Amino acid sequence: MPPGGVAVCGRCGAVLYRNNPGNAERTLALTLAAALLFAISNAFPIVGIESQGNRNASTLFGAVLSLWNDRMMLVAGLVFITTMLIPALELGVMIFLLATPRPRPAVLRLVLAIRPWAMLEVFMLGVLVSVQKLSHLATIVPGVALWSFGALMLLFAALTATFNVNDLWRAMPPAPAHVDR
Amino acid sequence: MARGELACSRCGARLHPRKPNSIARTWALLVAAFILYIPANLLPVMETGSLFGAQKDTILSGVIYLWQSGSWPLAALVFFASIVVPLAKMLILTLLAASVHFRATWLTYERTRLYRMIEFIGRWSMLDIYVVTLLAALVRLQSLATIKAGPGALAFGAVVVLTMLASMAFDPRLMWDNIKDENAPRPE
Repeated sequence: MPPGGVAVCGRCGAVLYRNNPGNAERTLALTLAAALLFAISNAFPIVGIESQGNRNASTLFGAVLSLWNDRMMLVAGLVFITTMLIPALELGVMIFLLATPRPRPAVLRLVLAIRPWAMLEVFMLGVLVSVQKLSHLATIVPGVALWSFGALMLLFAALTATFNVNDLWRAMPPAPAHVDR
Repeated sequence: MARGELACSRCGARLHPRKPNSIARTWALLVAAFILYIPANLLPVMETGSLFGAQKDTILSGVIYLWQSGSWPLAALVFFASIVVPLAKMLILTLLAASVHFRATWLTYERTRLYRMIEFIGRWSMLDIYVVTLLAALVRLQSLATIKAGPGALAFGAVVVLTMLASMAFDPRLMWDNIKDENAPRPE
């Protein structure tokens, strides 16, 4: 199959295999850059507001904490898992996968299983809607993390486009014959 | 092989011809989502307190506020993500699960595409949860205004998670199992 080629099911049209053009080194570079941006995005406030001498800014974790303190523990947990825990886990595990010579197959299955629950791009859209809603109430002060989150979103898309699962399979040792839970 | 289970010789994953108890699990999660959809839309997701009194916003009134404040592209976006997507997702999954239940053989290719579509768009419903989270964290201007998340946010978050789990539990291959005819129409 040519690079960039896609194999689809002749019956239902499902994508069976995609030959992504990337190689492990390029994907690793993108993943490291994404991890750095992810750290910056969490260390600095996303956005702040200013109204009649009152100022307030919040980081992502600060927002989760204030929900928690408002006795909305489950919603706080949901936001924490989908925007912090799962993306961090995904990046960490991908770096591990791409940097170790013979990673265990279970690790790759973990990445593929948690992926649908990382929702950074949805969060980014949420930031834009919030800013629009607030713009009538107060002056908006964009934070450092607003820009780094935007860049992180693009890197995540690039990462997914160059991540070639089959290259990783080829590097892995065959699994033992018993059922691995 | 332990308990008659098959495992992939390459990666050790457990193998099964179809997802186990797919239809029963899909129905259970769907019914739970339908039930929670009612409080998700009736209870306030956001409570605003200000000098001019308190205001409670549901998902729909939040969209109307955006519309009236002049940003209709964003209003359309939020309307789509928070109202159209969850409802369409639940109705389409009901249709798909029912079609497997009644061994339907019509438009299987189109039904499969519908399934892929709802799997793709489902996550975007989380939008409103993030908006409420950010607004509640930012708007704490002592006397001027405070925003708090309301109980509707919990129900709405649960609907999003439950519909995602329901679409993951559904096995689209079950729709093809009812077709016996080898010459059934195929996509070109």
